[in-house]
Amino acid sequence: MGAQLRVYRRRIRSVQATKKITKAMELIASARIIRAQNHLNASLPYLTQLVDAVSAAASHASDVSKHPLTAKSVNPVRAAVLVITADRGLAGAYSSNTIKDTEALTHNLNEKGMEVVPYVVGRKGVAFYRFRNRATGGEYTGFSDQPSYAHAKEIGEELLKAFMTPSAEGGVDEIHVVYTNFTNMAIQQTRVRRVLPLEVVDEIVDTTTEGGTETPFPLYEFEPSAEEVLDALLPRYIDQMVYLSLLNSAASEHAARRRAMKSATDNAEELIKSLSRAANAARQAEITQEISEIVGGADALSA
Amino acid sequence: MPGPLAVAVVSAERSIWSGTAKSVVAKTPEGDVGILRGHEPMLALLMEAPLRIELEDGSKVLVAVHGGFFSVDSDTVNVIAEVAELAQDIDIDRAAAALSRAQAQADAEDLSAVRRAEARLHVARA
Repeated sequence: MGAQLRVYRRRIRSVQATKKITKAMELIASARIIRAQNHLNASLPYLTQLVDAVSAAASHASDVSKHPLTAKSVNPVRAAVLVITADRGLAGAYSSNTIKDTEALTHNLNEKGMEVVPYVVGRKGVAFYRFRNRATGGEYTGFSDQPSYAHAKEIGEELLKAFMTPSAEGGVDEIHVVYTNFTNMAIQQTRVRRVLPLEVVDEIVDTTTEGGTETPFPLYEFEPSAEEVLDALLPRYIDQMVYLSLLNSAASEHAARRRAMKSATDNAEELIKSLSRAANAARQAEITQEISEIVGGADALSA
Repeated sequence: MPGPLAVAVVSAERSIWSGTAKSVVAKTPEGDVGILRGHEPMLALLMEAPLRIELEDGSKVLVAVHGGFFSVDSDTVNVIAEVAELAQDIDIDRAAAALSRAQAQADAEDLSAVRRAEARLHVARA
């Protein structure tokens, strides 16, 4: 066998091995998207109930806008940004997209005169900030593909603690989350959302009072009181927002990985095809050469 | 004869239990509350304690709820807890270990871990 042919055969074998791996990763990612989607759907009843309860309590509590979690700081100096990235690579532009949006947000906030404290989920994001020697407020790794509520609660509590600290003592005045929203298998988009101070309570109360299309809340009896119920519910709401962002991001991460691995598999197939063409041509050239050498030799003998 | 209540127990991660029941007994910061059919609309916080649901056939379902609230409206009871566990999901040995650990660490102010462990154990043993 000629050297040329041997080189082609070796490359084909190597690409085939890579293709097997990417194909397997593609299948694993597809299975995990389904699971992540189920988790996402399973958490929705809790969210709807929680939103209903928060808006019911907010509409009964006296002066919601004075609540520490909804009150806007007059002169915000610091903002926390929770950025959700992946723990592992091989997911296309998934992590870099959220990081890019975070950078844009950071720029915007800086222009408004606010200092930004990043809170990072996922090893990729942590590596980004480490490499640039930029301090983070918190780093959370090891669960980006399968987040549980306990993880979300941990992050939520830390963010809330920073929010409740006065800004003079290093606390933050705003909390933003940058995550990837999972719309369906084909569409995932990075989203930036402000979690605190809460706007959503006012919005919900408005939609229920003005339009009249939605049924008004029943006249709940609150125990202990509407204010105390609201106090207890709002931190839950934050945790749930974080949890939902984590779940959405996890589903998107798997979708991004599946897409990246699918195109890697397709590329490997393409490469194998063109390499086998080249290998065939090399083999044919070798045969032709051997024949012409034999023919030449026979001619020389008979002459 | 009171008709059935529609009860749903939902935790942050998934739906735990749903069905019809005769009564629900829950512990709020102000004391135990029993809910039968025709209860007025109510929204109350839950303490870390077992939630008792009595089914129509008289049998009982116990759920360990850790922090959350419940709402009652037109014979529908929604229990929303951050963490909720049914008796069959609880490992008694682990719960007992958690209780002794919590008791060892507990200080006077923060008894919630102890209460949580007690509630879980109570549900598992019932």
